[in-house]
Amino acid sequence: MEYFLQQMINGLTLGSIYGLIAIGYTMVYSILGMINFAHGTIYMLGAFISLIAYLAATTIGGAPVVVALMVALFATMAFTALWGWTMERVAYRPLRQAPRLAPLISAIGVSIVLQNFVAQAQGARVKPLPPVIQGGFTLMDGDGFSVNLSWMQIIVIVMTLALMAGFSWMIAHTRLGRAQRACEQDMKMASLLGIDIDRVVSTTFVIGAALAGVAGLMVTLYYGVIDFYIGFLAGIKAFTAAVLGGIGSLPGAMLGGLLIGLIEALWSAYFSIEYKDVATFGILIMVLVFRPTGLLGRPDVEKI
Amino acid sequence: MLKLEGLRSGYGRIQALHGIDLEVREGEIVTLVGANGAGKTTLLMTICGDPRASAGRVVLGGEDITGLATHHIMRKGIAHSPEGRRIFPRMTVLENLQMGAATADPAHFDADLKRALDLFPRLNERLDQRGGTLSGGEQQMLAIARALMSRPRLLLLDEPSLGLAPLVVRHIFEIIRTINRDQGVTILLVEQNAYHALRLAHRGHVMVNGRIALSGSGAELLANPEIRAHYLDGGAA
Ligand SMILES: Nc1ncnc2c1ncn2[C@@H]1O[C@H](COP(=O)(O)OP(=O)(O)OP(=O)(O)O)[C@@H](O)[C@H]1O
Ligand SMILES: [Mg+2]
Repeated sequence: MEYFLQQMINGLTLGSIYGLIAIGYTMVYSILGMINFAHGTIYMLGAFISLIAYLAATTIGGAPVVVALMVALFATMAFTALWGWTMERVAYRPLRQAPRLAPLISAIGVSIVLQNFVAQAQGARVKPLPPVIQGGFTLMDGDGFSVNLSWMQIIVIVMTLALMAGFSWMIAHTRLGRAQRACEQDMKMASLLGIDIDRVVSTTFVIGAALAGVAGLMVTLYYGVIDFYIGFLAGIKAFTAAVLGGIGSLPGAMLGGLLIGLIEALWSAYFSIEYKDVATFGILIMVLVFRPTGLLGRPDVEKI
Repeated sequence: MLKLEGLRSGYGRIQALHGIDLEVREGEIVTLVGANGAGKTTLLMTICGDPRASAGRVVLGGEDITGLATHHIMRKGIAHSPEGRRIFPRMTVLENLQMGAATADPAHFDADLKRALDLFPRLNERLDQRGGTLSGGEQQMLAIARALMSRPRLLLLDEPSLGLAPLVVRHIFEIIRTINRDQGVTILLVEQNAYHALRLAHRGHVMVNGRIALSGSGAELLANPEIRAHYLDGGAA
């Protein structure tokens, strides 16, 4: 029982990170009908920027931990947002009228470029970061096994929930959120109402990228090791989360993220940790075959 | 107010407009009738820059707006209630109206909302209903109300009576007259329902295969035997 609870906590933490990444997939899909397969690499970029910014702030700037974390957060969001914007401008916008395969290939190209750039600039080896935020609570003390909730886990989960709540509120209640939904439902009509579609699309990429960047920051702090390749697996898992929740659905992406995190943690705990990725991909295939609209998706979404 | 000079446009290699000359003066209702596929929708959409004109000019209030991006054109005092209404189905009636005011000064919103709802009281009872669940007539009302939310000087209406019951059609046409007369909005109206539309219009044009074939005052066109034969056959009810 204690073991199960502990895995639930770990799974929720991991799932929060997947959920944040999944939002970017689902938003881009709902507005452009396209899967941004370069999205996972933005998360990797976020992880590296946060590591660099944090180390620079503490070692060079001599900043206290809290300040350094803030610096890392803003630097990460700013850089990933800029990257998201650039990517859309350079790799996707020119192909908007092109056949659907073209932006897909373009996405793979963008991923390869970024991955190799990071591998060249930062080295291909794993980068460690000593634990920044330590400590936590012991929730339950069973015989021989205790359930722990670390500060880091609390931060990840709370921050994710806050970002998701804020973002959902923005989509539901602000002018920008309405414009975003309008473009999603009928782009031509939105432009007939004076909405600048290109700007809305840009904003979508920027926000999705910044959220993935935050996910990258959190994974750096949570696991303490990153490499240039982490974007690939995390990207596919977050994509699976978005599909599981119903691609195009914002609450779906969040729910899907949490579920994938939980499934991965429980699978690793009770079956085999070596095959934890198989569980995720199995789910991806099963959802695509049996319920392509996902848990919360609308029945009218087209096939990917 | 609006002047089209030798306007041509189309879709890819298909040309749909073969040189349209047309003028809409301040305060007028101008009606455009024509058979299916004549190019009426294309004409209204080309004014909005989608598709772009391949030749000719669109001049609005003395300013050449040909070739501007659609969202820029729509900020110049034009509003369009397009073919098929294009209500945002998963937004509420209120949100649809807010979208109509997307480019307007937020300070006007409450007054404009009240004005729109006074014209269409049925929408008032349904502000929280999703656009996609409205009846056809209600959707048409919403499409017009949404277009009015930007305080346009020129309103483009593409077949507002399509698929509506005769009573609702009459109601919609009355409201179009009110919008024109009481609110001073200039209107370019495309209609299959030639009888109502020409009765309402100060002037009218008949489109055939991407060209203007016939022009005159509403009354003249209504009296024209050719028009009676082609467009009013049984429609005079
Ligand atoms: N998106 C499009 N792609 C290609 N051709 C089009 C497109 N839209 C319209 N057309 C063609 O352009 C011509 C004019 O069409 P348009 O929709 O303007 O006619 P209309 O007068 O509005 O007809 P209706 O009364 O049926 O609405 C038609 O021949 C039509 O087939
Ligand atoms: Mg038409």
